[in-house]
Amino acid sequence: MRVPLEWLLTYCDPGLDVAAIEERLTMTGTKVEAIHRHGVMSADGFVVGAVLSVEQHPNADRLRVCQVDVGPAQPAPGRPASPDGPATIVCGAPNVAAGQRVAVALPGAVMPDGTKLKAAKLRGIPSAGMILAEDEIQIGPGHEGIMVLDALAATGALGPDPRIEPGTPLGEVLPIATEVIELEITPNRPDCLGVYGVARELHAATGAPLAAEPWSEDPGTLGPLLGAEVDVLCPELCPRVTARIFENVRIAPSPPWLKARLTAAGQRPINNVVDITNYVMLLTGQPLHAFDLDRVAGGRLTVRRAHDGEQVVTLDGQQRTLDSEMVLIEDEDGPTSIAGLMGGSRSEVHEGTTRVLMEVANWHGPSIHHASWGLGLRSEASSRFEKGLAPEQCMHAQVVAARLMLELCGATLAPGTVDVGGPFPEPAKITLRSAKVRSVLGVSVSLQREQEILRALGFQAEAAGEDLQVSVPPLRRNDVTREADLIEEVARIDGLERLPVTLPARRGAYGMLSETQRLRRRAVDALVGRGLYETVGWTFCPPTLADRLRLSAEHPWRSHAVELENPLSEDQALLRPTLLGSLLDSAARNSARGNGDLRLFEVGTVFIRDGAPGHDVDSVGVDVAQIAAETGVCERQALAVLLSGRQLPRTWGAAEPPSAGFFAAKGVLEALCDALRVQVDCTDARGRTDLDFLHPGRRALICGGGETIGWIGELHPLVAESYELQSGAGAPAGLELDLSKLLKLAQSAGESRAYSDLISFPELRRDLAVVLGEQVQAAQVLAAVRKAGGSLLADAEVFDVYSGPQVGAGNRSLALSLSFRVSDRTLSDEDVAPVQQRIVAALEELGGHLRG
Amino acid sequence: MIERIKELQNEAEAAIEAAGGSEALEELRVRYLGRKAELPMMLRGVASLPPEQRSRVGREANIARQALEALIEGRSAQMHAAELDQQLARDTVDVTLPGTPAQPVGRLHVLTAMQRELEDIFLGLGFTVLEGPEVETVHYNFDALNHNPTHPARAKTDTFYVSDQVVLRTHTSPMQVRAMEAHPPPLYVVIPGRVYRPDSDATHTPQFHQIEGLAVDEDITLADLKGTLLAFAKIVFGDEREVRLRPHFFPFTEPSVEVDVSCFNCSGKGFMRDGSRCGLCKGEGWLEVLGAGEVDPNVYAYVPTTESNAPGYDPERVQGFAWGMGVERIAMLKHGIPDLRLYYENDVRFLEQFG
Repeated sequence: MRVPLEWLLTYCDPGLDVAAIEERLTMTGTKVEAIHRHGVMSADGFVVGAVLSVEQHPNADRLRVCQVDVGPAQPAPGRPASPDGPATIVCGAPNVAAGQRVAVALPGAVMPDGTKLKAAKLRGIPSAGMILAEDEIQIGPGHEGIMVLDALAATGALGPDPRIEPGTPLGEVLPIATEVIELEITPNRPDCLGVYGVARELHAATGAPLAAEPWSEDPGTLGPLLGAEVDVLCPELCPRVTARIFENVRIAPSPPWLKARLTAAGQRPINNVVDITNYVMLLTGQPLHAFDLDRVAGGRLTVRRAHDGEQVVTLDGQQRTLDSEMVLIEDEDGPTSIAGLMGGSRSEVHEGTTRVLMEVANWHGPSIHHASWGLGLRSEASSRFEKGLAPEQCMHAQVVAARLMLELCGATLAPGTVDVGGPFPEPAKITLRSAKVRSVLGVSVSLQREQEILRALGFQAEAAGEDLQVSVPPLRRNDVTREADLIEEVARIDGLERLPVTLPARRGAYGMLSETQRLRRRAVDALVGRGLYETVGWTFCPPTLADRLRLSAEHPWRSHAVELENPLSEDQALLRPTLLGSLLDSAARNSARGNGDLRLFEVGTVFIRDGAPGHDVDSVGVDVAQIAAETGVCERQALAVLLSGRQLPRTWGAAEPPSAGFFAAKGVLEALCDALRVQVDCTDARGRTDLDFLHPGRRALICGGGETIGWIGELHPLVAESYELQSGAGAPAGLELDLSKLLKLAQSAGESRAYSDLISFPELRRDLAVVLGEQVQAAQVLAAVRKAGGSLLADAEVFDVYSGPQVGAGNRSLALSLSFRVSDRTLSDEDVAPVQQRIVAALEELGGHLRG
Repeated sequence: MIERIKELQNEAEAAIEAAGGSEALEELRVRYLGRKAELPMMLRGVASLPPEQRSRVGREANIARQALEALIEGRSAQMHAAELDQQLARDTVDVTLPGTPAQPVGRLHVLTAMQRELEDIFLGLGFTVLEGPEVETVHYNFDALNHNPTHPARAKTDTFYVSDQVVLRTHTSPMQVRAMEAHPPPLYVVIPGRVYRPDSDATHTPQFHQIEGLAVDEDITLADLKGTLLAFAKIVFGDEREVRLRPHFFPFTEPSVEVDVSCFNCSGKGFMRDGSRCGLCKGEGWLEVLGAGEVDPNVYAYVPTTESNAPGYDPERVQGFAWGMGVERIAMLKHGIPDLRLYYENDVRFLEQFG
């Protein structure tokens, strides 16, 4: 909301500079977003001039050379001292004539756009200034001719007794400069969408006197009105309609002061009647509509709900389809306007209008909201109506409009007023307890001060013991309904700025992370410690992700992806079912920027429609199963890793450090699981078509706690290629885990931790090399070894793999390190020998034999 | 015999002195003290000497042997030391070459680091950390937070919809009611998480992160809110910071405030030492960091009393405050990050600077 300061101060002038006014308004809840300068920067150099003579310019058909009396020479910055006497000014306006009083900018004057006027030669004739049109000093849009001040004064447009002697500072005659305060009005305060409402706030915030309400004296009368009728068929959507008739209206431009205020407030002046409706709206917050009464067929308006699907052509020539929650105003020839949104051209005020029907109505806010958003018709009026105005405001606007219609349009007001609607709710009566004010704020406000504040804001407030009995004014009816609302009214004017600094008592409250939250931090820290960078990607993903990942039609990431109804773009149409897409995006972006050596991970939420195959619901902290039942969306926390390129920096010691690849990813997985003390297995997933985004021979499912908790593998070369990541040896590889499940495993691993004595007696270590067919997987070998090793075998690992001529084609040699331990003594060779024999026998059963 | 011992000793001593290296020294040891050398032979042959010579020859030979052993030992240590010095000198490296890299550490994303810092602050103030769903119902996101049915935030221009009654949460506030449904008062929680609004420009991204705070007890005042947020401001932005509460409007708090922190760039003055306007606070002296207020009584009315939260939330018996702060905004202010989009590009040259 743009409020010209000059206008605001006519209702409440606290005698403060604009910065202090800004501070008071902001600190009491009417936030000043910006302060603009409207009109000229400084009034210096702008004067009234008298045109003494006008001659044709010798070198230009459209220019005139004028002698203008600009009064005695004034000291002005940048203006060359000139002798007294008329100034020669070249002027292009067609309406300039000898004898006129005009607005003049002298050399040195600074125009609104910041340029400083200089004495200049125009086609060979020196010109010492400029005769002004209204747009040149931002009074209005007019540029057809210069402003003729004596003509304006004759119509009274410059106010009573204007001083238009040559040399009079122009600022005394015309509103050529004001500050404009741009305010953020919160949606609960439509009463502040009018200058007078803001003035009331300023009054409460500063204590400066508030002028009487501009609608306090009504030049018109209530009672029956002859010549126009209004029927309301849907009172639930139209609580009140008022109308008055003005006759002998003369359509003309508005006076400069009105144009200047409208322009400063951001509205374009049109003609006096239309300008009055806009001006009154800006002053009172209540929109109005002026009909040409002679063009209202039958002199009768009907307010009704639109029919579902009813089509109306609006003022802008567009055909619009309405529904029954929208309201139409029609006359005997059909619809003339959509209530609260847009008038129709048929009954618009025009140059020849002489009889005006001034309609001021109150509309049901939600209905206007529905209509304006549904039809895409937003206006100053609709944005006020939709917030819910008070029906009492209708007459505020009627009264102010009537005064201006009489004053500016020479109109006569027909007796009587159409007034359909009411009665309106009685003012709410609320008790404000002083004790409650103190207990909510933590600071006391005296009863007397509370009363003073509420009265300044337009409430009635009577003391009753320690309490106030408060009656809410109609303009605040929707916003203030409870004691809590009154506490806010008091606090924002006096209290907030005095609040002491205290902390809550925190009885019985202690702060700590949950076990899951701590474990998640540990998991993330382990990855960071392993040299991985955390990324934060987009939740949104494009439908084309499924294609890029080579997903089949049945893949749940494709078939059960969650779609948005109103995405910002097609690229952001889905909620991601996997973190892989956003990690690939991050990797591709870095790679394209020359950083292809990457160790990235992401922790985030993934989404899938409830009931997707293979996606049970289970998560951290909240009851996700219940939420999924409410929303139809199952969301889980996931953790994913993506490695690409070199995994260590190049150095003079190792010019070609190891690249990504399956085992690099598996190393990260092992480090992660080790940090969490979780035991997982990677099981062969060669035949799994749901992992076709991975290399067919280098992929695995990650299993833990008896269920699948994720996948790991090298990217399929075609997927890597589609993101322009290098493939081949040490190809990009990654993994994704259901973080909730992983953390649950970690939690149960942490629960049963008890000391075991690994220190008192040493372990016995043995290495074995066994040659086996290469189809035998290491996990099978270790499982057989562990089984055969029994309780004596504490640990068994593969530490080397060899295949080559020495072990024969189709074979490979696995080197195993075995450690044996018991808790009550030091083992001897004799203890271990039989166990080792059983292990060898087990290996032979797998088709192996000891090497060498 | 005695003379021969002296002779041998003198000869050996001269040779040991002259030995040029540990190999030559070893040769001399073998020559003079080895199994077949003359002096040890003499010692072994002592028994066959006439009795009057035995003790003298034995003693002299022994003394000579020990002297030679000691001499060789000393000379050997000397030589080893010298040889080691030479070896070490040969092993000199270019100390200015880079070290053999350990696995370089990675980094937390700045948003995670910021979120943890904020969580830790409020943990220290007695709050517990809760998390909630990102896909929410209209009920929890708007209705239960006292948004009237025409509140503009509900519009499809302001909220992502999954279906008619299901949205991507537009703030972390829906967890206020969920938390109160699950726990009885007193309740002190912060709720970090990702939220969504359909805006995309230099100052808006369609996803961002918030940390919600909620404290409900019998007597929690707006002054307590100020104290809590002052603690936050001092820890995040420096000990000299102040906070001010400015009246505002939110549907689910009453009174509602916006909270400003005094600008750390210009110490709240609005201008710099050289007199220029502070670029961070734009001359205001204050930075808007979050919205807050006392929980609106209507919100409590949306919390049904159940077994899990008995005795429930009766607005005449409980009161409290809530706030919502933007993690991106705070990190932007703190680290001078110029553009929101940097957070989600994940350029490693950005990532490595934080966390």
